[in-house]
Amino acid sequence: MLDFWTILTAILVATSSAILGSFLIMRKMAMVGDAISHAVLPGIVIAYWLTQSRASFPILIGAAASGLLVTAFIQFFNKKVKLQQDASIGISYTFLFSIGIILISVFSNDVDLDQDCVLHGDIAQVSQGAELIVGQLSLGPNQVWILAANLVLVVLAVVLAYHKLIITTFDESFAAALGLNVVLWQYYLMAGVSITTVVSFQSVGAVLVIAFLVGPPATAYLITTRFRDLLMYAIIFGTSASVFGYYFAVWIDGSIAGAIAAVIGLQFAVVFAIVRFKKRAGEVTTPEKLPIS
Amino acid sequence: MNDFVHGIASFFGLTEPNVRVVFWGSLILCSVSGLVGTFTFLRKRALMGDVISHSVLPGIALAYMISHQKNPMYLIIGAVITGWVSTFLVDYITKNSKIKNDTAIALVLSVFFGIGVMLLVHIQHSGSGSQSGLDNFIFGKASAMTKADVWLFALAGSVIISVILIFFRGFSTISFDEAFAQSIGFPLDFLRFVLAIATVATVAMGVQAVGVVLMSALLITPAAAARFWTNKIGVLALLSVLFAGFSGVFGAAISYTYNGMPTGPWIVVVISLIALFSAFFGSKTGMTRSFLQRKQNDRKILIENTIKLFYGLTDAGNKLTKTFLFEDILNAGNMKVGTLKNGLNLLLKHRYITLSGNQYLITPSGFNEAKAIVRKHRLWELYISKFMNLDPDHVHDDAEGIEHIITPEIEKELEKELNFPKKDPHDSDIPY
Repeated sequence: MLDFWTILTAILVATSSAILGSFLIMRKMAMVGDAISHAVLPGIVIAYWLTQSRASFPILIGAAASGLLVTAFIQFFNKKVKLQQDASIGISYTFLFSIGIILISVFSNDVDLDQDCVLHGDIAQVSQGAELIVGQLSLGPNQVWILAANLVLVVLAVVLAYHKLIITTFDESFAAALGLNVVLWQYYLMAGVSITTVVSFQSVGAVLVIAFLVGPPATAYLITTRFRDLLMYAIIFGTSASVFGYYFAVWIDGSIAGAIAAVIGLQFAVVFAIVRFKKRAGEVTTPEKLPIS
Repeated sequence: MNDFVHGIASFFGLTEPNVRVVFWGSLILCSVSGLVGTFTFLRKRALMGDVISHSVLPGIALAYMISHQKNPMYLIIGAVITGWVSTFLVDYITKNSKIKNDTAIALVLSVFFGIGVMLLVHIQHSGSGSQSGLDNFIFGKASAMTKADVWLFALAGSVIISVILIFFRGFSTISFDEAFAQSIGFPLDFLRFVLAIATVATVAMGVQAVGVVLMSALLITPAAAARFWTNKIGVLALLSVLFAGFSGVFGAAISYTYNGMPTGPWIVVVISLIALFSAFFGSKTGMTRSFLQRKQNDRKILIENTIKLFYGLTDAGNKLTKTFLFEDILNAGNMKVGTLKNGLNLLLKHRYITLSGNQYLITPSGFNEAKAIVRKHRLWELYISKFMNLDPDHVHDDAEGIEHIITPEIEKELEKELNFPKKDPHDSDIPY
């Protein structure tokens, strides 16, 4: 039973991350995703400290606030004082992340959080957490339900705005001509990334979320030119990495989230090598750009 | 607060041998990072610093698993290997597939970091006695440094600094324009390789003080902060070293004073605050300076626009003794009441006009000023109507903007080009 809930948790995180990540890498915003996933930390810690509970609504607000703050910092450095983009990202997220780690030390007596948790979470603990109980029936760990709710939310958000997201991702000038607010849809996507980071935080940690966001879509992008296929393959790669990663971690007795990240890397390496090999053999010609599907 | 002052004072007193080790260790590590970071920053490879700093973790873990001891020499070698491999992979993936550079960076850094975390947890679970020290690499713990560590850092640090100083000109040139550097005979590939190795070695050392997660900040933030104060690369490097060294020592002092405070995050917070301060108040590209410059510009434009009104009112200077009411001046242009009031106050301050009762009178120096701006306006109108074949009706708005930025040199060029004209396209006199 323990295995089941742990693997299910990983699959839920991997699936919502794969969907959002596919948009992120197509928008060349992988590193902004990285920045947000680090920068939600101070918001999470303050909200933990104020409410003294995990997985609550205030934590979402806290994390969203610090997610917005890092975007504001990046904007400030990049636009107001004309610092180059990469340095703006680097300065902003390391600053907020440091404040988060310091806050963990300051509140260490009052808050049930530690530095390890920030790095790789504790996915195995999820199955031992509080359970959702309806009447006499136990429906499994709370955390699993929260992650499932997040997945439904992500799927709904993407399905409802699919065409707008696609157009603003692939053709900004066409989107502008249609009267779509490109910046608004970017924030829409970033909100999804922030929320997913927060709910995944306990299981995979703030730092490793980015492996789930970027890895499977990057592997999928190697083998497809259609965005719908990209989404599907990304989900398949994410899900299978969760299953294999779990057993890999059990086998070497290491961190589960870390092992899943390692498998994600392995998947990419294998697919990359096959594509390279085939290309050299002249069997596959990969188009440079992904057309709108 | 008293504890704080006392703790900091006792840290900087450097009386305890333990404190001396921490002081010199942090100072060396952070200063070297500040120096190397100058080039990371200028080459716009800040995110590559990110990749390297996350990717040294598996190297450290593997070196420990193979050697079974926490000898900093082995750990640094392990870190340099995986750190270098990561930069190689990012470049290889970007070059050989349709994966974009930022995706490759995020992928490599997270996967390497994931492998590192996995191995670290494995080492912890296998329960070997001295593993506790490895945790310090993640968030940095300056107080865990030993005297032997500091000697190693001093040695490696001086090698890195010497290399940077020897190749300073080459590194500066490839930071600004690689193609140009190659064309004037710099060995591009060699310089790039040396710089990459120096960067990776710095990261491998620096993780001891600030930890792998935050090492990237030490490679970017000091140089970015210095950039707000100078345009010269030598000064930039020096300031970057000073800022980094200061935050290194100060962060270590805080971590020494308060038990359980992580060193790395404090160093990063100190250097980030320096960067924020510089962004606001820096003397070269800081926000306050840009703001003041813009204000000054706005004031100059307002003065010129207001004094121009008097030129028309005095009938091109034929009735210089005529005085005007505020309403007269307001009707002469299309300025808002408040703006015009500000403008007139500025003119009074510069003694371009005088005010007696409610009557405004232009002074001779004010009239010269008015003539100058009208001349520039009409010269420009003539210039674009003549050379761009624009209809005279369409040239006014363009001249309204450009008249404020025409320098005396450009004015002379215009006069020469137009052969000292007498009339503008609307057949008005050009005043000299």
